[in-house]
Amino acid sequence: MLTLLAIAVDGLIYASWLFMVAAGLTLIYGVMKILNMAHGSMFAIGAYTSAWIAGWYFAGGDVTWGYALMLGGAIAAGVLVGLVVERGLLRFLYGRDPVVMILLTYAVLLILEDVIKLVWGVDPYFAFQPYTLLGRTKVGPLTFSNYDFGVILVAAIIGVGLWWGLNRTRRGKLLLAVIHDREMSMALGIDVRAYFLLTFVIGSVLGCIAGAVTAPAISVAPGIGVEVIVLAFAVVVIGGLGSVGGALVGALIVGFSRATAVHLLPQVELFVIFGVMSLVLVVRPQGLFGRAQPRKI
Amino acid sequence: MATDRTLLGLTLALAALLLGVVVFPQWLTFLVMMSLARGLVVLGIVLQMRAGLVSFGQGLYYCIGGYTAAMLGSLYGVREVAVLIVAAILVSTLVALVLGTLLSRYRDIFFAMLSMAFSMILYGLLVKSPALGSTDGFNVPAMTFFGWKPEAQSTGVYILTCVLAFLIAAAYHRYQKSPAGYLAGAIRENEIRVEYLGSSAQSLLHCKYVIASVISAVGGLLSALATGHVDPEMAYWTTSGEFVFIAILGGTGHVAAPFIGSTLFSLVRTYAYQFFPYTWQMILGLVLLLIIVFLPRGLWSLVQRANSEKPRAADR
Repeated sequence: MLTLLAIAVDGLIYASWLFMVAAGLTLIYGVMKILNMAHGSMFAIGAYTSAWIAGWYFAGGDVTWGYALMLGGAIAAGVLVGLVVERGLLRFLYGRDPVVMILLTYAVLLILEDVIKLVWGVDPYFAFQPYTLLGRTKVGPLTFSNYDFGVILVAAIIGVGLWWGLNRTRRGKLLLAVIHDREMSMALGIDVRAYFLLTFVIGSVLGCIAGAVTAPAISVAPGIGVEVIVLAFAVVVIGGLGSVGGALVGALIVGFSRATAVHLLPQVELFVIFGVMSLVLVVRPQGLFGRAQPRKI
Repeated sequence: MATDRTLLGLTLALAALLLGVVVFPQWLTFLVMMSLARGLVVLGIVLQMRAGLVSFGQGLYYCIGGYTAAMLGSLYGVREVAVLIVAAILVSTLVALVLGTLLSRYRDIFFAMLSMAFSMILYGLLVKSPALGSTDGFNVPAMTFFGWKPEAQSTGVYILTCVLAFLIAAAYHRYQKSPAGYLAGAIRENEIRVEYLGSSAQSLLHCKYVIASVISAVGGLLSALATGHVDPEMAYWTTSGEFVFIAILGGTGHVAAPFIGSTLFSLVRTYAYQFFPYTWQMILGLVLLLIIVFLPRGLWSLVQRANSEKPRAADR
C-alpha cells in the first residue's frame, strides 16, 4: 500500500517534469515538423540559469522573490536562445527533409553544449536552497518534499495554459490550423513563418522552464541536456508527435512506468521507458494521439 | 571484364595499409585501426541512408559486436578471433532479423527514433546488470588470429582489421552495383512506385537492415579488439549520433567515403580534444552545420566534382 502511494506520488512528480520538457518538443514538431534535438540544450540552459540565479540570490538570505527570479531568468534565457537559433539558423533552412532537420538540430545541440560550458564552466552547480526551504510533508511513514508538489503545480499551470492558449485564443486556433494542415493555412493567408518563430520561442521557453524547476532537485552539470532529450523523445513518440494532449498522456505513462520500475525492480528503469515506447510504436506507429499520414505517390 | 577502378583502388589501399605494419609508428596504426573499424559501422549507416533511412541507433550493433567479442573472451575463455567473428555475425544477424521485421515498417523520423530506442534499451540493460559488466564493461583478452599468435597483439588486430575492412568494402561495392543496390535510390525517391514495378520495398529494406547490422557488428568487434575494452557507452545514443555525423561528413556516394570521413573525424577529434577541450563539440557542430548547408552530399561530392567530366549516374 505504501509502495503504491510512493509509486503514485513519484510517478506524478516525474510525469509533470517530463510533460514540461515534452510539451515544448511536441509543439515545435507539430507546427514546424522539426524534431528538435537541441531541446535538451534548452533544458540545460534553463537549469543553469536558474541554478546560477539561485546560487547568488538565496545566499543573501532574503527569499521572497527568489522563485520568481529563477523562473523569470529561465524564461528570458529561453526567449533569447529561441530567437537566436530560429532567426540565426533555422529560418534559412525551412523546407528541407525532416531527417536533415534532425541532423541540423543535432549540430545545434553540439554547439549549445559547449556554449553552456563556456558560459557556466564545467563544475556542477548545486542550488539546493529553493528545494529545502519549502520543507517536507509527512504522509504516514513517507516523506515528500513540498518543492516536488510545486513542480506538479507548475506543470499543471503550463498544461492548462497551453490548452487555453491553443483552444481559446485566436492565435492559438490559427496555430492549430497550421499544425493540422500547413499548406492549407498558407493558402488561407496565415503567415506561417511568423508562427514558426512564435512556436520555436514558446517551445524553447517551455524547455527552459522545465530545466529551471528541475535545477534545485538535481546537480546541474554538463551533459544533463543530452540525457533529457532521449526521455523527452520517448514521451513525445508515445503520445504521438505534435500532439500536446499526447505529450501529457505519454508523460503520465512513462512517469508511472518508471516509478513502478524504480520501486519494484530498479534494474529495468531505462529498459521500461524505451520498452513501453517500442510497444506503443508496434501497435500504433503514429503514437497514441498522432494522426496517420497518407503516403505520397 | 572491364577493370573496376574502385576495386583496384581498394586493393591498392589494402596493400599500402598492410605495408604499414612495418612502417607506421604505433599511434598511426592505432588511428588506422580505429578509423577502419568505425568506418565499417558508418558503412552500415550509409547502406541504409542510400535507401533514405537514417539510423540513430547503429550503436546497437556496434555494441553487440563489441560485447560478443569481449564476453566470449573474458567470460567463456575463447581465445580465437575466427570464433569471435562467426559469433558476432550470428548474433547480429539474429537480432537484426527480429528487430528488422518491425523496423522495416517505419520510415523517416520514426525509423530514426525507433532504432535509437532499441539501442537505448540495450544501454539500459547493460548499465543496470552486473552480470553484463554494468557501467564498467569488459576487457578483451589477447587472441590468436586463425591459429597465429603474433608477438604484439596490435599487429594481429591491425592486419585483421585491414583485411576484413577490405573484404567488406569490396563486397559492399559489388552489392551497390547489383539490382538490390540500385533499388535503394528508387526506394528513397518513391517507394510506392518501386512496389508498382514489382519489388517489395519492405523486404528489401529488411534485407538491407540485416546487412548493415552485420557490417556494423564487425566494426564493433574490431574496435573492441583494437581498444581491448568495451563499455555500455557503445550503445548510448551519442555514439550513434557520432556515426551519423561521420556518414554525413563523408557522404553516401562511394564505398571509400565512410572510411575517409571516419579517418578525418578521428584526426579532428584527437586534435580538437587536445587543443580545445571545452569547445571541441562546438567545432564538430559547426562542421556538421557547414557540411549540411554547403556540401549536402558530403566530402565525397568534392571528389565527384573533380571527376565531373565522366559523370556516373549511379553515384548518389
